[in-house]
Amino acid sequence: MEATEDIPYQRSFYVEGGNFSYAGIVSTSIKSILKQMDFPNDIVRKTALVSYESEINIVSYARKGVIKLTVLSDIIQIEAVDEGPGIPNIELAMQEGYSTADNKIREMGFGAGMGLCNIKSYSDHFDLISEVGKGTSLKMVIKIH
Amino acid sequence: MKLRDVKEILDAEVIVGEEMLDMEVATAFGADLMSDVLAFAKPGSLLLTGLTNDQVVRTADIIEIAAIIIVRGKKPNVEAVKLAKELQIPILATKHILFDAAGLLYTKGMVGSLEKR
Repeated sequence: MEATEDIPYQRSFYVEGGNFSYAGIVSTSIKSILKQMDFPNDIVRKTALVSYESEINIVSYARKGVIKLTVLSDIIQIEAVDEGPGIPNIELAMQEGYSTADNKIREMGFGAGMGLCNIKSYSDHFDLISEVGKGTSLKMVIKIH
Repeated sequence: MKLRDVKEILDAEVIVGEEMLDMEVATAFGADLMSDVLAFAKPGSLLLTGLTNDQVVRTADIIEIAAIIIVRGKKPNVEAVKLAKELQIPILATKHILFDAAGLLYTKGMVGSLEKR
């Protein structure tokens, strides 16, 4: 599968909130799709990483969500849209080390308050929109060149 | 050094990946926080951790960790072993604590891994 033949490529994945046994499975799929498209390792890694952190966030905090992968000629985009509690204070949530994670999340090795910071630092462009009581939507862009 | 050398140095048991012991590993990262691993560890590194669930394997896969070393005499859970076999990521288990395991590898020439952010 050559990337050039499949542009634009788009695929959506459902993520179930609260179910840690499948946490990460979507990002593993996204990673293998991008590998099959022959993207360089650093691009695959960045995209998989932002997708994985988003996926963990949906599983940890939301009721359900969708992760959408879009591959265009010059960018890869990951959108993570969830139905959940939303983020009351985005500035605070973006601070390294700030977390509202419970024990279950921490047992899995997450909830250290690094997720959104990681997402931001590994994306070339990052947008976060959140409405309390409704949900959160993240958009991450990784430049291909 | 080879993963086989790591096994010897740490007196470790191979849980997954007996056939992958000839892989070369030059750098390592140690943490129990997977978000820190995602943030800071370089691809191709060893991951030394006390976390034993399948998220360790997922994290390793996402950032292309070469192999996982479970420290403090812990054993990976069933899901982690299953996933590691599927994703072809070796898991070794050592009785050493994280500090000692890191020290032993360091004195044999392994260095820390830090991805530039």
